[in-house]
Amino acid sequence: MGVASLTDPKDLDVAYLRALEAESIHILREVAADFARPALLYSIGKDSSVLLWLARKAFAPGDCPFPLLHIDTTYKFQEMVEFRDRTCRELGLRLLVHTNRNAIENGTNPFKLGTAKCCGLLKTKALLDSLAEHHIDAAIGGARREEERSRAKERIYSVRDGFGQWNPRNQRPELWNLFNGRIEGGETMRIFPLSNWTELDVWRYIELENIPVVPLYFAKEREVLVRGEMLLPIEHGLPLRDGERTQRVLCRMRTLGCTYCTGAIRSSADTVPKIIEELRRAIRSERENRIIDHDQDGSMELKKREGYF
Amino acid sequence: MPAIELLRFLSAGSVDDGKSTLIGRLLHDTGSIYQDQFASLQKASPMNGNGGIDFSLVTDGLRAEREQGITIDVAYRYFATARRKFIIADSPGHEQYTRNMATAASTANLAVLLMDARKGLLPQTCRHAAIAWLLGIRSFIVAINKMDLVEFREEVFRDIAGQFTGFVSKLGSPRLHFVPTCSLSGDNVVTRSARTPWFDGPTLLEHLETAPIVGNGVPRGLRFPVQSVLRSATSSPLSSRRYAGQIASGIMRPGDLVTALPSGRTTRITSIRVGDQEMESATPPLSVSVALETELDIGRGDMLASPDSLPQVTRRLPAILLWMSELPMKPGSPYLIKHTTRFVCGSIARLIAVIDPTTLERRPAKTLGMNEFGHVEIETHQPLYSDPYGENRVTGAFIVVDPISNETQAAGMIEPESGRQNGSVIGEETGRSQGLTVWFTGLSSAGKSSIGQAVYEKLWARGHKVEWLDGDIVRQHLSKGLGYDKKDRDENIRRIGFVAELLTRNGVIVIVSAISPYRAVREEVRKRTGNFLEVYVSAPLAVCEQRDLKGIYRRARAGEIHGVTGVDDPYEPPLAPEVECHTDSETLAESTARVLRRVEEWLLARTAQSS
Ligand SMILES: Nc1nc2c(ncn2[C@@H]2O[C@H](COP(=O)(O)OP(=O)(O)O)[C@@H](O)[C@H]2O)c(=O)[nH]1
Repeated sequence: MGVASLTDPKDLDVAYLRALEAESIHILREVAADFARPALLYSIGKDSSVLLWLARKAFAPGDCPFPLLHIDTTYKFQEMVEFRDRTCRELGLRLLVHTNRNAIENGTNPFKLGTAKCCGLLKTKALLDSLAEHHIDAAIGGARREEERSRAKERIYSVRDGFGQWNPRNQRPELWNLFNGRIEGGETMRIFPLSNWTELDVWRYIELENIPVVPLYFAKEREVLVRGEMLLPIEHGLPLRDGERTQRVLCRMRTLGCTYCTGAIRSSADTVPKIIEELRRAIRSERENRIIDHDQDGSMELKKREGYF
Repeated sequence: MPAIELLRFLSAGSVDDGKSTLIGRLLHDTGSIYQDQFASLQKASPMNGNGGIDFSLVTDGLRAEREQGITIDVAYRYFATARRKFIIADSPGHEQYTRNMATAASTANLAVLLMDARKGLLPQTCRHAAIAWLLGIRSFIVAINKMDLVEFREEVFRDIAGQFTGFVSKLGSPRLHFVPTCSLSGDNVVTRSARTPWFDGPTLLEHLETAPIVGNGVPRGLRFPVQSVLRSATSSPLSSRRYAGQIASGIMRPGDLVTALPSGRTTRITSIRVGDQEMESATPPLSVSVALETELDIGRGDMLASPDSLPQVTRRLPAILLWMSELPMKPGSPYLIKHTTRFVCGSIARLIAVIDPTTLERRPAKTLGMNEFGHVEIETHQPLYSDPYGENRVTGAFIVVDPISNETQAAGMIEPESGRQNGSVIGEETGRSQGLTVWFTGLSSAGKSSIGQAVYEKLWARGHKVEWLDGDIVRQHLSKGLGYDKKDRDENIRRIGFVAELLTRNGVIVIVSAISPYRAVREEVRKRTGNFLEVYVSAPLAVCEQRDLKGIYRRARAGEIHGVTGVDDPYEPPLAPEVECHTDSETLAESTARVLRRVEEWLLARTAQSS
């Protein structure tokens, strides 16, 4: 159990959250000035919710200058799609949705191809295509350095070559808060304003600012398939193996991806303070329930080199 | 309960000193490695014989690195305790990654330096300390690691600590703490070790939890670089114009007067907001938007500053540059310079000297190569609104970008204009302060000129203003025509003394090498000059005669010349010289080092007096 978990979760000290907020706002304002057609990659999860919140704060009283871009694999939870549409409607945001229709019509799905190939086609390829289609020169994402080992070295401004690939051995030095946003034709920039946030920071900020998030994060009884250690939600025709059957379990999502790739965790945390409490006691990391990180050793780094966000 | 603060620190060490292990330890012992990460680490740990897990795998991220077994890029790590939240910028140690270390240092408040107790103080560690210092870090914690391999002996720890303290005093006076650790088993990292009963200082983590969070050097007035102009989507465009930016230094309140640069016009702040929320005051690092009483033509790249403490506005600036590109620097070529929130065109007008980050010595050079530090002068097409980096790490920093490849090629730290030494990161002891006369006396061929010249070169290399008056040379102009009787010899010394006094008064370190045989006139010069160190260069006459560099002893013995000191003219040795060099029994390097040490002590004492 961590030293952090010894503190009383009730006192929400805010000095460091305000420092993180200020850093992210500064980055978002730089992006708006540095690029001709930036877009905010909106994945509907909690990190995206915080990112969107910060973007609105950064430019108040003006409007958020970035359109939202959602890569829809069609394997997202129904509740996520509803949340996305409601958010955009209520806040008057411009939303671009992109799906790799070709691949889906040709039968790409995680059950048949395995998660690595499915992700490559439905996420990576779709992202690169949509950036090209909309002439987007800078894509703002909610990734955090703490999430995975190879991300610890990612720059805040990260250049991708004409094929959308990241070269971890040849990154631009990034000193102070002086970002170099200059790119050549064909290159694009990925920008990570939440680089220095941790999962706990994100939830504490959601609590502090009262930011709406998808209800899937909150515990309730859900129909799931229990497969080994994993709880798999039943959506999109997940094929059952011999002898498997679904059951109702009190659970919640810790991260949100596609239905098949995102496992639920057993939890009774149905409010933000309870989630924070649970996190403080957490001894299992956030990405554990995401299948894609485990398919190959060093798998996230391989995906990123290929252009996965 | 105080608000939880954020401390950003850098960690540096040489390859294999145990840095990755130490950080892995810190994360593990503060409960910051989750259990499943821990399990996959256990799986990935090679059979390392002692059966434990390899903590260094926590931080060695990228595949290429895992294969080579060394850290090649800065990795950021996060952990928290009940008192603070921490961001570690973990940086590679090897010289070829100097630029990565500088990157890590640029946003850090403190540096944790790692040393191997068996190896003692290595040039690497000095370089790490100097780089951190150049990048503005003024607080160091030194972990002397692998104490298990030296049986946890106290004297090993004290020895290394003493050596390092000696080196650091060359830089200035940072906060400095030492901790004896064994990161493999966690001794004194988070928990106190039973194996170092002689050590009663705080553990590494305790230091990290209590170190003062010093950010932007000496806080001067308000500095608010404008990032963008915000306009409300609905109301009339003019009255709702707000200026967005992150506060670099100072404090702002509604009602405060601010001067806009470059226009120089002064007006009042009417409102400060974070998002939609009105603020009664705001300080760094907040990102805010402000409204002003009068509509001024302000845009991105402009600055709001306190009218009573404006930044310097110049197109030509001295700076320390760290070159980070494989292509060498091209003096005079066009570069893009990013300073605060804008790019300006400019060039590196002049390379004054290359600075060796291991010794801080300076030497002239034509260009800078990758990972080299240089003292330069930059020139920009539009003026920059800046402060010396030592005073403000935001308005004092810039990057240099190649306009063709878009590569970030250098990082720059603005130095104070000469004569205004406040906030300089190098050569802090020069400037307008008083100088010093170092007077070498002794027989001909005793070694005065050799030591004098060596001391002169070292001091020059370290960036001091230094001059050298050599007796033989002086006699060809200043004292031309004077003879060698007592009266003329004293006149010669008075003239040299007069020049030395003028230079000393103007901050120069003056090296004098002259036989100066008479005690009384040397004392007279000492009194007039005030700041005076006497160095007695002594060697037995026989030794000098044997050397006889100028042939005068031979000629004296042959009766060709008279009045040769030591042969048929008196020499009165000093009674209480500050330094004595016995050149018959010690090497030139030893003598030089002894004199330099004494000069440094004097400079340190003077710095202490003036601060
Ligand atoms: N005996 C001993 N070995 C250590 C200690 N710390 C690290 N090591 C070992 O030194 C080697 C290098 O450690 P590592 O953390 O990878 O060094 P880095 O290159 O500085 O990151 C590894 O084999 C470690 O197990 C220590 O305190 N005592």
